[in-house]
Amino acid sequence: MPERNQYQVKTLTIDGKEVCAAEHQTVLEVARENGIDIPTLCNFDGLSGIGACRLCLVEVKGSNKLLPACVTQAQEGMEVTAHSPQLMEFRKLIVELMLTERNHVCAVCVSSGHCELQALAQKLGVNHVTLPYLHMQCATDGSHRRFVVDHNRCVLCTRCLRVCDEIEGAHTWDITGRGIGARMITDLGEPWGASETCTNCGKCVSVCPVGALVEKGKAVSEMTKPNFLPYLLQMRGEAQ
Amino acid sequence: MTLDELEEIAENEKEEQKKIKHRLNVSVAAGCLSLHSDQVLKGLQNIVQERGLEGTCKVKGVGCMGLCAEGPLLRSEPQHTYYRKVPANRPEVLNAIVDNLDGQPIPEFALSPDIPFFAEQKKIVLEHCGEIDPERIEDYIGVDGYQALLHCVADRSRDDVVQEIIKSGLRGRGGGGYPTGLKWSMVAKAPGEQKYVICNADEGDPGAFMDRSVLESDPHRVLEGMAIAAYAVGADKGYIYCRAEYPLAVKRLKIAIRQAEKMGLLGKRIGESDFNFELEVRLGAGAFVCGEETALIASVEGKRGVPRPRPPFPAYSGLNHCATLLNNVETFANIAPILRKGGDWYASIGTEKSKGTKVFALVGDVNNTGLIEVPMGIKLRDLVFKLGGGIPGDRKFKAVQTGGPSGGCIPEQFLDMNVDYESLMAAGSIMGSGGMIIMDDSACMVDVAKFFMDFTRDESCGKCIPCRVGTTQLYGLLERISEGQGRMEDLDTLERLGVMVKRTALCGLGQTAPNPVSSTIKYFREEYLQHINDKTCAQGKCACSKSPASTIEK
Repeated sequence: MPERNQYQVKTLTIDGKEVCAAEHQTVLEVARENGIDIPTLCNFDGLSGIGACRLCLVEVKGSNKLLPACVTQAQEGMEVTAHSPQLMEFRKLIVELMLTERNHVCAVCVSSGHCELQALAQKLGVNHVTLPYLHMQCATDGSHRRFVVDHNRCVLCTRCLRVCDEIEGAHTWDITGRGIGARMITDLGEPWGASETCTNCGKCVSVCPVGALVEKGKAVSEMTKPNFLPYLLQMRGEAQ
Repeated sequence: MTLDELEEIAENEKEEQKKIKHRLNVSVAAGCLSLHSDQVLKGLQNIVQERGLEGTCKVKGVGCMGLCAEGPLLRSEPQHTYYRKVPANRPEVLNAIVDNLDGQPIPEFALSPDIPFFAEQKKIVLEHCGEIDPERIEDYIGVDGYQALLHCVADRSRDDVVQEIIKSGLRGRGGGGYPTGLKWSMVAKAPGEQKYVICNADEGDPGAFMDRSVLESDPHRVLEGMAIAAYAVGADKGYIYCRAEYPLAVKRLKIAIRQAEKMGLLGKRIGESDFNFELEVRLGAGAFVCGEETALIASVEGKRGVPRPRPPFPAYSGLNHCATLLNNVETFANIAPILRKGGDWYASIGTEKSKGTKVFALVGDVNNTGLIEVPMGIKLRDLVFKLGGGIPGDRKFKAVQTGGPSGGCIPEQFLDMNVDYESLMAAGSIMGSGGMIIMDDSACMVDVAKFFMDFTRDESCGKCIPCRVGTTQLYGLLERISEGQGRMEDLDTLERLGVMVKRTALCGLGQTAPNPVSSTIKYFREEYLQHINDKTCAQGKCACSKSPASTIEK
């Protein structure tokens, strides 16, 4: 029999709207249930939250720090502001920083039109970049039979790492280096095609928000990604 | 070992020490060692042996005496006279030191203990640094070491110990300034059987060496503080996370742990009670971000050292998802004296909100570079000009950088400010772990800001975007200004981006990274304008002041 507090309901406000949350729900989950759109990038339904992209930061009354909605538990009486002029300014600047980091030229990208970074920029009104472009030069690894990783497009959201580790259980992907020099790697830095742990499942490709992980043979705008993870998790849950 | 047995060892040690009339303490901490103080030690020991004076004169290696500018340092007891810059390669000087054990010290090398650098200090954390042999536990026991621990274990309840720390008003010395007693009580009350105590010895600020000195000079003090903390919060396992760049500190810590375990002061059944505490040293591999508590915990767990969002705070869910008490070296070094002398005594020192003393590393353009411990609330002017002995040459004081890459530059108009957590914060800097870089008027503030931005962008872990790309962009803008390519709008961009990085970065590293930039823009705006408008650096430090011809030659 489930414990009683599993059904304990919490009431809070997000942007002035009264909403309720179940135990262990995050602010982001509650907001989405209630049609309040908080932008995210590193977050992915079904994977653990890491609070890394900082797009979902919200103001919580009583806290002097901004809190990432994706990993902040909803609490009774919380007063959350998800959309303030300052938050929107910060979000725009974060997207701008991402656009300056590596190469995000949509015109030649296979994911254009299906890219979450592109969609974010459009939604937040990032219509030009004011900061200097860094254009970090990165390698492209096409050694895998079916997929390509183009690090020039990567935003280091680590969705690939988490899906490979948490869902597939292979942990092929990891991260090397630090700061601006951080890169995703397969195994211990071997070419993807030579990886002994990769199961060729393609989960990483389907969760990649940008054009960094793509199928071979796609031309501009041809790379679409199925959102399979909620379905997979649901099926696994039912089977247990 | 019981308290009685410990006291007996302490008595014996004191008796032994009384028998010896003269002692020559040679500093063998890292600073003096690099100036060959080990050879001074050996040289003096040989002389004493040759003359058959072993019964009356003891030469021993001790920890740091603080005044790095004058090393290698030596202290002659019982006169308390210091000898400075003792030359290892001049036997006649070493012989003269031994000749003059009773008489007047040699003027050329003598240093009075009454100079402000020594006289104005108040030592709690450093009370035994430079007095005891860090590699001998009996020396520490001889100065009443480990008595506070055994007293706690034998006579005091856990809550009583926590209350004493709360009463003392001690605040975290690693930089954050969080009330230590409050943290302890949070961990003590946190649910779960398994709890941990971790000591953060990953001191990484450029120009800071407070923790290093404590670990190299008086490691047992830190172990005792940790054991008391473990008793108070109910932990039985602890780690000291020490950076691998401190090999001497690591070596002495390991020796100290082994000695304490042998004597039953660490390990199983401490003080013959049912309190167990096992301690292990973990080495940091050189990442600055691992000084951040959640990154440090990840690193101890054997994972990549990157921070995670808080809450949950480590006090509830830290190492292996267990409640974990994490304090800095200096914080733990304050614990034993507080329990020995009482929280009220500690709270009587310092200011209303910042209690006790603070260790600072004075470096840069100051005569007496070195390590000092002063009461909280001391005037900045006294720090720089009295203890620090002022600025070398005919130069003028320009600014002092506190708090390392997380802090800011404090200009001349704040010299009469009190040094405590709140005042430093109000001046746009932070207390930090205690590094104080003093700069004279030859320093270019754009160059200083660029140096620190270069540090933080290099040390950013890369997990969150504001820090990873933001620090790189900030550095790029500063570089552009220093090269004479800056535009007026760059200043606004620096400020706008700085605010955003401060507010949105994931951990303390990113949240404080723009401080050196924002504080220098605030107080030295005209220097930035000069670089941008006139394309010159008055101090000649930046690329824009170098003539084009010389740039081409490079």
